[in-house]
Amino acid sequence: MKEHATKAAAFIKDEARTDWHDESLWFVRSRRDKAAHGIPEWEQLRELASQIKDHTLSHLDEYLEAFEAKAIENGVTVHWAADAAAHNRIVHGILQEHNARRIVKSKSMLTEECGLNEYLEAQGIEVVDTDLGERIIQLKEEPPSHIVMPAIHLKKEEVGELFHQKLQTRKGATDPQYLTEAARQHLRQSFLEADAAITGVNFAIAETGGVVVCTNEGNADMGTHLAPLQIHCMGIEKILPKAEHLGVFTRLLARSATGQPSTIFTSHHHKAKDGGAMHIVIVDNGRTTQLGRPDFRNSLKCIRCGACMNTCPIYRRSGGHSYDSTVPGPIGSILTPGIDLKKYSGLPFASTLCGSCSDVCPVKIDIHEQLYKWRQIIAEEGLLPTAKKQSMVMAGKVLSRPGWYKAAGKSARWVTRWLPRPLIYTPLNTWGKARELPEAPKESFQEWYRKNRSAS
Amino acid sequence: MKIALFIPCYIDQFYPQVGIATLELLESLGCTVHFPEGQTCCGQPMANTGCERDAIPTYEHYVETFSSYDYVVTPSGSCAYHVRKHYDIIEQTPEVQHLRQRTLDLSEFLLDVLEVEQLNARFPAKVGLHQSCHGLRGLRLGPGSERNLDAPSALHTLLSMVDGVEIAELARADECCGFGGTFAINEPDISAKMGKDRIADHARAGVEVITAGDMSCLMHLEGILRRQGSPIQVKHIAEILNSKA
Amino acid sequence: MSKAHIIKAIQAVRPDPCPLPVVPDFEAGDRPVREVFGSVAAQSGSRVVRAEDFVGLATAVRTIYHKEIKIATPLRAIQSDIDLQQASPADLNGIDVAVLPAQLGVAENGAVWVTEADCVHRVLPFITQHLVLVLPEDRIVRNMHEAYAQIKIDDTGFGVFIAGPSKTADIEQSLVIGAQGARSLTIILT
Repeated sequence: MKEHATKAAAFIKDEARTDWHDESLWFVRSRRDKAAHGIPEWEQLRELASQIKDHTLSHLDEYLEAFEAKAIENGVTVHWAADAAAHNRIVHGILQEHNARRIVKSKSMLTEECGLNEYLEAQGIEVVDTDLGERIIQLKEEPPSHIVMPAIHLKKEEVGELFHQKLQTRKGATDPQYLTEAARQHLRQSFLEADAAITGVNFAIAETGGVVVCTNEGNADMGTHLAPLQIHCMGIEKILPKAEHLGVFTRLLARSATGQPSTIFTSHHHKAKDGGAMHIVIVDNGRTTQLGRPDFRNSLKCIRCGACMNTCPIYRRSGGHSYDSTVPGPIGSILTPGIDLKKYSGLPFASTLCGSCSDVCPVKIDIHEQLYKWRQIIAEEGLLPTAKKQSMVMAGKVLSRPGWYKAAGKSARWVTRWLPRPLIYTPLNTWGKARELPEAPKESFQEWYRKNRSAS
Repeated sequence: MKIALFIPCYIDQFYPQVGIATLELLESLGCTVHFPEGQTCCGQPMANTGCERDAIPTYEHYVETFSSYDYVVTPSGSCAYHVRKHYDIIEQTPEVQHLRQRTLDLSEFLLDVLEVEQLNARFPAKVGLHQSCHGLRGLRLGPGSERNLDAPSALHTLLSMVDGVEIAELARADECCGFGGTFAINEPDISAKMGKDRIADHARAGVEVITAGDMSCLMHLEGILRRQGSPIQVKHIAEILNSKA
Repeated sequence: MSKAHIIKAIQAVRPDPCPLPVVPDFEAGDRPVREVFGSVAAQSGSRVVRAEDFVGLATAVRTIYHKEIKIATPLRAIQSDIDLQQASPADLNGIDVAVLPAQLGVAENGAVWVTEADCVHRVLPFITQHLVLVLPEDRIVRNMHEAYAQIKIDDTGFGVFIAGPSKTADIEQSLVIGAQGARSLTIILT
């Protein structure tokens, strides 16, 4: 329950680094604002995107079946996986069938969620993540801290040292240009040698049976077009009805994510290349359960742009790892409790409910309202710490009884006025750790009012 | 027009001057304002912690206290938002529905009901406006920096009616201060860091007084300012709008 | 097996039907699309030139890039240094500049639509060190809505919008051009 607070406190100890992390992400948020404010119909696009997703979720079974039929017609093999284990088994099966041992993978939060890398590595299959940020954290053996910028928590000195050890770059070299070039040379070899390429999916089009993959680096394309086998893994919620709907979503995605007018590459895959094979794996892994929760189902609209993380004042100051979940930040805090309520019961409380996440969201997910609703469920399930629950029960009693309220208020004011500092500012008083308590006035407003107005 | 004043619990106990300023301001604008005895709280502290059910008696007490008035005016965007947004879990009697429409933040009441266009107020100072989140993104008292909307900000509009006020330009126009109710207690480190960062932004802009539509944000910021020994003061916007200095 | 299971699970909890909204025609700005395209593409790091400023396409490419470069192109107007029909994808790794025809440009984001039919090898626009796209000037549309209305995404097995040179900002948000794909993009308007 307190895990986020503990990890956040550890992160924040290095204040200069916290400021650097905060500023890096705020910079992305500012670029997003500039891009969004450059489109007069921005708010209309968000509304359209939200409605298209509502519609699609309300016909999800039909669209998935239409998608599959069309994909099969295109010569693509379609697989269905109920959960992460099934997904990993299926992918492994396809690789075995094609005798594929060297895999290049582009960024996919779904395969991250399913733990695909670990699974395949345990079977003796080599997986190279090819997005630069993903490759960095793969070499560092860390999980991503952001869904769009996986290595945003690392400084160039750390990347330089890592590359020196793993890619034999010059000792002490920190120039991003130089380090990126080293990664390019190293990854190009992997692309040329790969037996199979695995990608995530940004959008899947029911009408045409194709998938759309967006990147800036071109790594997904280098992988899929060079390797004889391409596998695209997608959650059931990635479906859009028609190609025309891509117009709405491609306009929103990159602008929300990084402030670019478009991702550099928006690739539309419909058929395997000549002599190649194309597979699509459609994954549930808890999504139908989420669809069955009316209060939370619209979290399935998420297009993984990461804007809610960039704007979240808590994420920016606590880092992605403090959430301990594949998808961190505000959206992660409403998705993960649906997967394991007990484990993630602290996340909906890692927020001030400021609402900025909901307002930057390109598909208008009511993120902060869902955080509020998860809190209610967590309390109902008895997952609040006892002291916290008891204090709320007590507060509920006091605040519904004017007499008790008056007495409690008086004693609170008395305590802060007359008690010596050491008795007030104890380690139990977390408010007082970095803040003074308000100076208690002699009389409350109610008392003042009775003296000054009631009589008249 | 029967107007009730709702003074949130922490203002009542710790910031009576904000209640007084609100009352005097409304009276100076010709309103007859009643302060119903026995009022307590909107119930938000429990609800935001997940204990909505424990807040129901407080909700009911609020409804009982205020249902006979045409408007309930409160110097708190956050409390007004809570009543309007979250009183959906109790039976929607005509009284509840009425209060969910007619509980207004002070700034809304001034601009939308009284249609105030000028104020007889003077406050010569460089003022930093802290946009409290529930007022801004809950009640939509302004467009918010996230959205691409051309809408006025209620608090800016009101402050600009005060003689002598110079509104400072901030680097981050509407970032959260980190109070967040029990968040301030549960995540004290992040909460305080957010507050410190807000204050630094105001300080860089040369602000003398930080103001807001919610005293809770200001209580948090004031706690940090006083710990830092900073000369920057906090004042609820009602205090500035009611200033005659 | 899994399919039936998932479809059934969806049907059990499916929300009430919501209507599919109609995407309206958004108001056009005053600036000509050609102009918007040029400035947005430049901001994304693309170089936009007009063919008429050069004596033919081949000169344009040789002028912009070095004379001694290895070019791959299906265009007849330019001499290709590699027989694209015969080459394996791995052979393309040594290509300096690929010159490819393109179908459509989008003003709002500087993106250009290229299909498998244009590139012979799907990997060519990515594996080449530099990319040149030849786009008829009258094929620039305003925004992505118009773009998707004009193209058919499944006309060929693969099609891509390319909106600049390959880039990354994964190290401390520092923009680096030339991540895994082409290091530069030149758009020649004809």
